[in-house]
Amino acid sequence: MAVSLREYRAKIKSTQSMKKITRAMELIAASRIIKAQQRAQAAEPYARELTRAVSAVATFSNVDHPLTRETTDAGRAAILVVASDRGLAGAYASNAIKEAERLAEKLRAEGKDVALYVSGRKAEAYYKFRNRPVVQAWTGFSDQPTYDVCKEIADTLIAEFLEDTHGVDEVHLVFTRFVSMLTQAPTALRLLPLEVVEGTEAPADNELLPLYEFEPSASDVLDALLPKYVTSRVYHAHLQAAASELAARQKAMKSATDNAEELIKKYTRIANQARQAGITQEISEIVGGVNALADATAGSE
Amino acid sequence: MATDKLLTVSLVAADRVVWEGEATMVIARTTEGDVGILPNHAPLLSLMVDGVVDIRTPQGETWVAAVDAGFLSVADNRVSILSEHAEMSHEIDLEKARHDLERALAAGEDNGSATEAVRKAEARIRAVEKAS
Repeated sequence: MAVSLREYRAKIKSTQSMKKITRAMELIAASRIIKAQQRAQAAEPYARELTRAVSAVATFSNVDHPLTRETTDAGRAAILVVASDRGLAGAYASNAIKEAERLAEKLRAEGKDVALYVSGRKAEAYYKFRNRPVVQAWTGFSDQPTYDVCKEIADTLIAEFLEDTHGVDEVHLVFTRFVSMLTQAPTALRLLPLEVVEGTEAPADNELLPLYEFEPSASDVLDALLPKYVTSRVYHAHLQAAASELAARQKAMKSATDNAEELIKKYTRIANQARQAGITQEISEIVGGVNALADATAGSE
Repeated sequence: MATDKLLTVSLVAADRVVWEGEATMVIARTTEGDVGILPNHAPLLSLMVDGVVDIRTPQGETWVAAVDAGFLSVADNRVSILSEHAEMSHEIDLEKARHDLERALAAGEDNGSATEAVRKAEARIRAVEKAS
């Protein structure tokens, strides 16, 4: 009995130190998530203004740009999967990958080849382990994405899309949308060809839309505007994913801490029981021994 | 022209709003050359090159910012300046900008990214010099 008591004590100790680690990670994630949310909010004005500008151009000129042109016989589709660099975030990375797999399955059923682009070490490792080819991977920034990295990603995807002969005909984006601290939804959306939303704010009938003058020309403006729009979408997706990752990590670490507490409670009870059993046994041994001695002396008299 | 009208200006970088407020005049460098925007300007959507943006406030202050290539959109006395990177003149580290410029110049002129870096560094230095 004494041995198992010692075992339980060791288990309690290791669970306690584990609990300290998960608790620390929970707090770190909680403090970072606020910053990630602020970053996502700070990036919003740019996206909003850009969308406004794109819809302005789209409303006043004929949008016919390589980036918006639909192909009827799409043969190759690219998927950009945005996952995390590090684990310990519950099912966050695997949920995003699962969503990507679903999308890939759907695209394959439509007879398209799927080219994978991944962002985040977890997704890279997933595909590498399964020996699945990944065209390009970007890693090392999942919890603090910068605009420059996203620009690089977007530029690569745009270049692939504009490539005529062996490029891709569609680009899809899979990321985790930050709905709230409790819910993060893996989302798939088509990035290219762009669907330009015309007139985000529908003007009242009597109100005249401003008739923009374009400098140098509407098509030049569009040429410069659309790649930036794509980049901003990619950036937005990464910011959302970063906030989701941290929220998922906080939740996972919170439940890990709670579980550790439960375990400690359980082990403490078992250890107490074991200690009690040991004491009881010792007492009964002593009592038994005394009785035996008393019997022996009584018998000899 | 109504003189009491003011421009509502927002200078927005990809990751934050750099400056927001009212102004009497905005000067920016577009691909066609410098443009000055006064209140009641006709709606305009224009491409900007790396350069300096000047914002004059009603209080007579001048704000100078260095911006990367981006957009200028004007409608209903609202001016939005969008740029991937933008810095106000007081945020710019002049030493660093000079250093960047030297390094970019050393990298050679036939190199596309180097000339771009030269332009950006020059714009930042110009912005600081203009403000001081």
